[in-house]
Amino acid sequence: MEYEPVIGLEVHVQLKTRTKVFCGCSTEYGASPNTQVCPVCLGFPGVLPVLNCLALEYSIKVGLALNCTVQEFTKFDRKHYYYPDLPKNLQISQYDLPISKDGFLEVTVDGKSRKVKIRRAHLEEDAGKLIHEDNFSLVDFNRTGQPLLEIVTEPDIFSPEEAYEYLTNLKSIIQYLEVSDCDMEKGTLRCDANISVRPKGQTGLGTKSEIKNLNSFKAVRDSLVYEIERHIETINNGEKIVQETRLWDDKKGRTVSMRSKEEAKDYRYFPEPDLPPFIISKEKIEGIKKTIPELPKEKILRFMREYGLPEYDTKILVSTKENADYAEKRLKAFPDKDKKPVANWIIGPLASIAANLKCEIYQIKIPANNFIELINLVEKKQVISNLTGKAVLEKMAGMPEKSAAKIIEEENLAQVSDEASLEKEIDAVIKTNPKVAEDVKSGKTNSIMFLVGQVMKKTRGKANPKVVQEILKRRLV
Amino acid sequence: MALSPETLKYVADLSRIELTPQELEKLSQQLQTILGFIDQLSRVDIAGIEPTSHILQLSNVLREDNPKASLPIEKTLANAPQKKDNFFVVPKVIE
Repeated sequence: MEYEPVIGLEVHVQLKTRTKVFCGCSTEYGASPNTQVCPVCLGFPGVLPVLNCLALEYSIKVGLALNCTVQEFTKFDRKHYYYPDLPKNLQISQYDLPISKDGFLEVTVDGKSRKVKIRRAHLEEDAGKLIHEDNFSLVDFNRTGQPLLEIVTEPDIFSPEEAYEYLTNLKSIIQYLEVSDCDMEKGTLRCDANISVRPKGQTGLGTKSEIKNLNSFKAVRDSLVYEIERHIETINNGEKIVQETRLWDDKKGRTVSMRSKEEAKDYRYFPEPDLPPFIISKEKIEGIKKTIPELPKEKILRFMREYGLPEYDTKILVSTKENADYAEKRLKAFPDKDKKPVANWIIGPLASIAANLKCEIYQIKIPANNFIELINLVEKKQVISNLTGKAVLEKMAGMPEKSAAKIIEEENLAQVSDEASLEKEIDAVIKTNPKVAEDVKSGKTNSIMFLVGQVMKKTRGKANPKVVQEILKRRLV
Repeated sequence: MALSPETLKYVADLSRIELTPQELEKLSQQLQTILGFIDQLSRVDIAGIEPTSHILQLSNVLREDNPKASLPIEKTLANAPQKKDNFFVVPKVIE
């Protein structure tokens, strides 16, 4: 029998506010343990939490960007569980009236687009951090009370690839909104996955497992591939799937049962008596709507339209808001109608320089006019070859104030297009490669590129490859 | 509403409270009485009344996102039964 997977994702993003969600403690990352705590986040008796207005605004913003209905009336509830990372023995969360609900996020897999339904996005407080030693556990409450937005999909994702795409798009949107860093390594974005399988064509849901300990989007995808196979194998062996939480072991590439006595979850939610409800006016929602910037999907379409770029290029250019702004400044600065050379230089040489420097493209501080000048010198004026151009760009990354022309002049890199001075090198190359020269003569014109390459090598990239090719053609063809 | 010792035990377990059989017996009687009082509430006709989510006629109580001083570490850890390098120490828990 053929089975299909049904996946739902729960994503927690830490909102980038300066203070915690219900108190004024700092949210700065990396502080010494238990130095960003106060009676409110430590849950002392008699304290009163007060909601951070920015956390509310950010939550609404995300809800709107995810096409959700933002509820006019929202409230907080207490979720009870006992664990040492939770000093109050309850978490302030939202139960039946989340800030936003019923949204969707468009995903495109293999050229096909569909909308993944989002059930809800609610605001809650984060728990502390535990460090397990041999005989005891250490608790740091600095993270306790940091604002978390939990975004839950419907069981409406049907392949690991789609889950990966959903997460990539979600992260990109939230980063564009500038409300969270979405850094999985720092834990500002966390994801749990629910997965079940069912016979293809059936509408009911099979028994699910929940996967935790997912440290990257790749881990989410890999763990889902693994779980789908495990579920199908279990069913085919005539066994039953046990509803349980499983941990992903990234090194071994498999999930393992948590094996802890899985107690029935009984959170005994009730309305948080310390927080009066929130009424969000239409004006407020409209006001926040206006602050939503152009989101990745629209930006891709506009870049394709305005700059005549292929979808592939634009997708890379707009991967983050910073990169998109950086690219757009350079696309605009390029006077020609055909902007493709600019896109090529950004996603090619510039991206590889960024990768080597382990930074983002936008962090390479070459001014737009210098960057454009270099492209002109290579592509139009042909003062230097493509290869030399890349080398010059690398130098520019190290000293951004220096112009391309200056570097070329100082290092005597200008391309040699003068035929007379190239003839000598070409003669030598033909002499040392008689076989290839014969091949070209006898009609294998493709081999000419090998000879061009040899001349380039001999002149250390300074020969104008077009002129070299022409001379060679004249001689041999 | 009757409160069985099993229910009380379940609630105690959820709250990580260990109770002796004597305590279970005593507390279930006391809780039974309390639930009896609450039972009276269920006799009130609430048809057509919106659920109350908060007893005060307040809404939208918010604060600006401005940092305030946190507690000094000595105060934070003052009542900790066990501490180590600025951490609270608890019995080992691992999922």
